[in-house]
Amino acid sequence: MIEAVETYATAEEAARALGSGGALYLAGGTLVMAEVNANRAPPRLVRALDPALRQIVPTSEAIRLGAGVTMAQILGSRDCAVLHEVARQIGGPQVRSMATVGGNLFARNPYGDFAVALLALGARAVLAGQTSPRPLADLLRDRDRPALVSQIEVPRPRDERSFGFVKLARVHPRGASVLCIAALLPREGSRLRGVRVAYGGMADRPVRAAAVERALEGNTLEEATIARAVAVAAQGLDPPTDALASGWYRREVVGVQLRRLLERLARQ
Amino acid sequence: MAKKPVTFVLNGAERAAFAEAGQNLLDFLRRGVGDLTPKYGCGQGGCGACTVILDGEPVLACLTLAESVAGRRVETVAGLAGAAPHPLQEAFMAHFAAQCGYCTPGMLMSAKALLDRTPRPTREQVVEAISGNLCRCTGYEPIIAAILAAAERGAGA
Amino acid sequence: MSESMIEFRKDLFADERDDRLAVIGKPVRRQDILGHVTGRSPFFDDHLFEGLLHLRCARSPHHHARIRRIDISAAERSPGVVRVLTGRDVPRNLNTLLSLLDFGIDDEPVLSEDRVRYMGEPVAAVIAESEAAAREAAAKVRVDYEPLPHVLDVEEAIKPGAPVVLDIYPGNRFIYHGKYDHQKLRFGDVEAALRAADHVVEGRYQMSPIEQAPIETCGAIAAPETNDRFVCYTSTQALFFSLATSSKVLRLPSSRLHFIGGTVGGGFGGKVDSIHEPLAILGAMLTGRPVKYAWDREEEMQVGGPRGAERWYITDGVMRDGRIVARKFVGYFDSGAYTRLTSYAIMKAVGHLPGPYTIPNVYADVYCVFTNRTPATAMRGFGITGVDFAIEAHMDKVAEVVGMNPIEFRILNAYRDGDMKAHRRIAKNCALIECCQVVAEKAGVALSPEARRASSRQGGGGERAQLPPRTGARREGAGRGLRRPRLRAKRRTTKRGRRVRSARRPRRPSRECRPPRLPPIVRRGRPNLRARRHLRPRVLPLRSRSPQSPPPPSPAPRPPIRFSSISGLRRR
Repeated sequence: MIEAVETYATAEEAARALGSGGALYLAGGTLVMAEVNANRAPPRLVRALDPALRQIVPTSEAIRLGAGVTMAQILGSRDCAVLHEVARQIGGPQVRSMATVGGNLFARNPYGDFAVALLALGARAVLAGQTSPRPLADLLRDRDRPALVSQIEVPRPRDERSFGFVKLARVHPRGASVLCIAALLPREGSRLRGVRVAYGGMADRPVRAAAVERALEGNTLEEATIARAVAVAAQGLDPPTDALASGWYRREVVGVQLRRLLERLARQ
Repeated sequence: MAKKPVTFVLNGAERAAFAEAGQNLLDFLRRGVGDLTPKYGCGQGGCGACTVILDGEPVLACLTLAESVAGRRVETVAGLAGAAPHPLQEAFMAHFAAQCGYCTPGMLMSAKALLDRTPRPTREQVVEAISGNLCRCTGYEPIIAAILAAAERGAGA
Repeated sequence: MSESMIEFRKDLFADERDDRLAVIGKPVRRQDILGHVTGRSPFFDDHLFEGLLHLRCARSPHHHARIRRIDISAAERSPGVVRVLTGRDVPRNLNTLLSLLDFGIDDEPVLSEDRVRYMGEPVAAVIAESEAAAREAAAKVRVDYEPLPHVLDVEEAIKPGAPVVLDIYPGNRFIYHGKYDHQKLRFGDVEAALRAADHVVEGRYQMSPIEQAPIETCGAIAAPETNDRFVCYTSTQALFFSLATSSKVLRLPSSRLHFIGGTVGGGFGGKVDSIHEPLAILGAMLTGRPVKYAWDREEEMQVGGPRGAERWYITDGVMRDGRIVARKFVGYFDSGAYTRLTSYAIMKAVGHLPGPYTIPNVYADVYCVFTNRTPATAMRGFGITGVDFAIEAHMDKVAEVVGMNPIEFRILNAYRDGDMKAHRRIAKNCALIECCQVVAEKAGVALSPEARRASSRQGGGGERAQLPPRTGARREGAGRGLRRPRLRAKRRTTKRGRRVRSARRPRRPSRECRPPRLPPIVRRGRPNLRARRHLRPRVLPLRSRSPQSPPPPSPAPRPPIRFSSISGLRRR
C-alpha cells in the first residue's frame, strides 16, 4: 500500500528523495499506477512538478526533450517530426496524453518502443542534478538501479528520411509490441555511414542489432546488402518468450520486419 | 495513511474531496466524489472504460493519481447532457452504439475529446480516437457511425 | 445495428410469414440505452454504501495440491482487516451448480480446505476497509501446500494412472445417471455404413478455452437490510440461480435474500457461476456491514471460468456422389477442476449432432472430463459452438475428398422438412439450403442448377422420415465397473430358503427402440396441430402401433417428472 506521495518543485529534489530508497518516481503513470493498483509498488511515490520536464527545446543540432514530455506533445510539435511515426504507434489517445519520454526508457517488455527509437537515433540522457549527458545504452544497461532522468537529447539526423521505425503488434491500431525495429541509415554519397539499428522485444531491454549494423555499414542499400543484413537479423540474440509471442516466433519474423523496413528506407 | 483534500473542477463545477495516498482518479471520482459514470474494466490502462477528459485531453482515470488533478478541469459523462442529451448521446442512442453499455462512458469521452478538437473528423480519425477503448458487444461499427453522425450534426462545433 | 447493416431476405419463406408486423423487422430504441449513454445504468458497483468493506481471496499458486495448513493470523493482523474467512466459516462448503436441478453431485467448495485443484482456486477470503488493504492482507495468508501431480489435457486425464482430480470421479469423467461415463447418441449402424462407404474421412478438431472477457468484471455487493434480509447487487446473468445457490451454501432461507441484478456489463455466459454472491453475503452476515467481492482484471481472465476446451474426433463415411452415410463422433469437453455446467453442455452438444444434415447412421460418445484447469463455464452457443466448428471444418474436408464444391456438398446433405433426425424427431422449418444459396450468391460461387433449385421444403420426408431398421444396443460403451441397469426384480430368499418373488418393477422399453411410424407433416396453410401432436414431448409407448389405434393403458403409475426440459435427469 502507498503510505506517502511526495511532490517536489524540481527534479533535483525529487532525485534526492528517490535516493533514500523504497520509492518509485511517478511521471505519466501509465506504468507506475498499474503497479500501484496491483499493490506491487513500494510504499512511497515521488513526483516533480518542474516545468522544465515538460519542455521541448529545439537546437540546430538536436532536440532537447524534458523527460516528462508526453507522446501527445511529441505529436503536437513540428520540431519532433522525425519521432512522429514512433509516438503515433504507442498506445491509444489516452495513453499518449499521459505516457512520457522518460518513463518509456524504463518500460519493461512489451513496452518501450520510444526508447528503441531513441537508441537508434543516438540519443543521450541527462540525469537530474547533472549536466553532462550519457549515452542511452549506458542508462539502459544500468536501469535496474534507480536514476531520475531530467532530459533527453536527440541528435537531429541530417536527413530525416534516413530514419525509420516498424512495430509488429497483434492488435491494430494500437497494441503492445511483439517486436519493433528502429533504423538510422545515414548516407555519405551512396554508402551507409554511421548505421544504427535497434530492436525492442528481442532481449530484456532495447538493444542494438550489432550483426545487422556490420552487414550494412559502408555498403550501398541495395538488395544484396539487405539480404546479408536480413540473414543475420537475429544473430547473437536470444529473444524472450512471453504471453504475446514465443522466442521462436520473434526469431522467425524479425528478419521479415527488418527487410520491410530496409526496403522502405531504400525507396525514400 | 494521510488523506489529502483535493479541490478541482468537475464538469464545470468546483468540487472537493479527500484522496487517499496512491488512490487513482477512477476510485476517487466514484467513491470519493460520487460520480459513478466512469467504469472499472482493468486497472491497467488496457480497456479505456475509465476514460475521462483532463484539461481537454483524454486520459485513463485508473492510471491517474487522484491528487494530481488538484486545480485542474475534469469532464465525465455526468456532465455531457444539459437540458437535453448531448448530440453524441443522441447519436449513440439512434445508432445502437451501446448494448451492455459498460464501455459507453469511456467511448463517449474519447469521442468528445476528438470532436472538441476536430469537429469534422474522417473515419480514420474516429477509429484512431476510440482505439484506446475496447468494446466486447457492438463490434465498433455502430459506435463509429454514431460519432460520424454526431459530427455531421455539429456536435463538435 | 442501423438499418443499413441488415439485409432482409423477405423473399424466403414468404408464405409462412406475416410481414405486416409492427415491431419485428424494424429498428427499435433499446429501453436501457438512455441509461447507458448517461452512465446511469445501475451496474452492481454503481451503488454507494457507507462503510463498504472489500473482499479479496488468497488463491492457490498450484494446479493441484493438498492443503496441510492455512495460517490466517498474519492476514488478520494486517492494517484495515476486519475478518478473514476460511472454509470453516461457510455453512455448507460443497456445491455443484446444477444441484438446483437435481443433476450432479456436490463437488466444489466455496473456499477450499483440504485440496486445491486448479491454479487460482480460493482458500481464504480477506475482508478489509479498502481494496488496497484487502490486497495487501491476502498476500499475507500463509498456506502450507503439498503439490500433487497434475493433468492439463483431456486425453491424458482419462488414461489409466492419470492424477485423479475429484475423488468422486476416479476416472476423471462425470458419471451420467449413475450408469455411463459419457453421453451417447446411437442412430442406425455406423460401423456397417462405414464399411460400405466409398470414402472414410477422419478429422481431429481442437478448441482451446476461450475467455468471455466482458469489460465489466464479475462481482457482487451484499449488505444487511433492516428487515432481517440481505440485499445483494450482482453482475450475474442468472439471478435466480445465484439466489438459490447462495441460499443453499449459506443455509439461509431464500426469503431472507433480496437479489437485485439484470444490469450486466457483458456476460456472454461468463457470469453464470454464482461465485461472488455467497461470499459477499457471508461477509455481510459475519461483519454486519456491506461487503463487495469483485474480480480484478487478472482474476477475471485467469480464475473466471472460460468456455471449456473441446476436442472432437469425427469420422465420416461418404459415397462417391457426396452423400454422407455415416458420421461418428468422439468428443471430450474439458470441464476443468469441477463440474459446474459442463455436464449439461454435453447434453446440449449431443442434442446438436450430427449437425444440420440428414445422415442415416450416427454414433457419438461425448465425455465430460476433469483436469486441473480453471473450471469451465458457459459462453455463447454454450455446448455447441465448438462442435459446430468441428462439424463444418470436417464438412469442408469431406467435400474436398469427394471433389465437390463445399456449398453444394452442404446443400446435398442438408436436412429437409420431414426428415428424421438422429434424435428421432422430425425436422421442421429447415433453412440451411436457403442460407447456403444466399452465401453462394454473396460469395460469387457458382452453383449447379440442382443446387440452385433445391429447397428445404422439398425432397424431405417419405423414406427419409423412417427410422433405421437397427440401432446399436444401449449398453454399448457403458463405463466399466458401473452399475448396470436392472431389468428384472431381485430375487430374495425366505428364512426357509424359498425364493420369494417381490413385486415386479414396470418393464422398461426393449433395447431396440422402435417408436411408432409418424404421420407426415401437413405444410400447406395453417399448421395442422393435430398431426403435430406426436412432436410434443411424451412418454414412449411400449410397442409399435399404428397412429389410429388408441394409446395402450399406461404402465404402473410413475411419480411426476420434475424437469422434463433436460432429459435424463435423475427422477425421484
